[in-house]
Amino acid sequence: MPGRWNDELVERVIGSLLRFGVLLAAMVVLGGGIALLVGHGGQGTHYAVFRGEPSSLRSIPAIAGGAFGGDPRSIVQFGLLLLIATPVARVAFSVVAFWLEKDRMYVAITAVVLAVLVFSLTGGYRG
Amino acid sequence: MHVWEFTLVVAAVSALAGFLGALTGLGGGVVITPVLTLLLGVDLRYAIGATLISVIATSSGAAAAYVREGYSNIRIGMFLEIATTCGAILGAYLAVRTPTSALAVIFGGVLLYSAWVSSRGHMDQHPDPPPDRLATALRFHGSYPAPDGLRSYRVTRVKSGFALMFGAGTLSGLLGIGSGALKVIAMDQAMRIPFKVSTTTSNFMIGVTAAASAGVYLNRGYVDPELAMPVMLGVLAGSAIGARYLPRAHTGRLRTLFALVVGLLALEMIYSGLAGRLR
Repeated sequence: MPGRWNDELVERVIGSLLRFGVLLAAMVVLGGGIALLVGHGGQGTHYAVFRGEPSSLRSIPAIAGGAFGGDPRSIVQFGLLLLIATPVARVAFSVVAFWLEKDRMYVAITAVVLAVLVFSLTGGYRG
Repeated sequence: MHVWEFTLVVAAVSALAGFLGALTGLGGGVVITPVLTLLLGVDLRYAIGATLISVIATSSGAAAAYVREGYSNIRIGMFLEIATTCGAILGAYLAVRTPTSALAVIFGGVLLYSAWVSSRGHMDQHPDPPPDRLATALRFHGSYPAPDGLRSYRVTRVKSGFALMFGAGTLSGLLGIGSGALKVIAMDQAMRIPFKVSTTTSNFMIGVTAAASAGVYLNRGYVDPELAMPVMLGVLAGSAIGARYLPRAHTGRLRTLFALVVGLLALEMIYSGLAGRLR
């Protein structure tokens, strides 16, 4: 039923996708944040000097591992990852949608954008 | 300051920034980085990392509303995102190699420019531009809902727009901002896309652009969960309330006031950078 896919429907689905992604990310960040404040709220802050985050908070597998292990900082970071993933999911969905619309040129264009995003997020870049 | 107090202060500031950013169309991110660094003593790199995250939140939140109203042009957005995402990765790559003082000065300059642009007027409708073969091949021409029914438009100067978008993406990655003002210029001024379509499509693109640089920032350890948490949640709440007020608000005077505040923050940022007060 490829004929049923048109730009308007695609835009509606993308709108819902973005809304859901942001809401989910915000809930995870809020949950992790509350746990974080309960545990470390009384400590001093450390933002005046830049030291960089530990490696456990830098890569997707490490963050996911920590989050499912119940570490509050990793849970917040995982929520932030979900937020970053929202526009990525939107681009991925657009690839499929253009495919269903049989719009080959835009399948290619969107796939390039997706590839750039995946390259960035998986740390394909190391600088 | 304890983490508790700090978190509450940052959340309140971010909510206010998100609220004003949504009402004025300047975006909340632009004021958060200067406030965090100048008033709360946060290292510029942590501030940029946290603000970048909030930019994704507001972009995706606002885009969800705009997309359904039929203003944004997905094809134009997608094509130009090739330029902005590549630019964003380059910008983030440059950011980790640029001295903080220089970053502060560039940040101030871009801020000043955005404030100036947003306080200026704009043309709602362009006279039909000469046909651009590339725009036709890419099927950019479209239509959007106007009070008197669907209004169609044609797009021109795709190459200049693409180049400008690469620049906007680079600044976005370098400074952790959405650079919405620059994106709108590329679409409104160069490509002659109607203002309403430019702003909403730009908003749509900001999240994707920011996601590209967020990957680099995350890998470099610029994203601190304790700082990003109140910034993200604050901006999100503030901009959601702001968007709800928008139809009823008289934004003219507010816009001028906010542009003034942003301008002052920009000057302070440039001064701090030149004086070497931001390490």
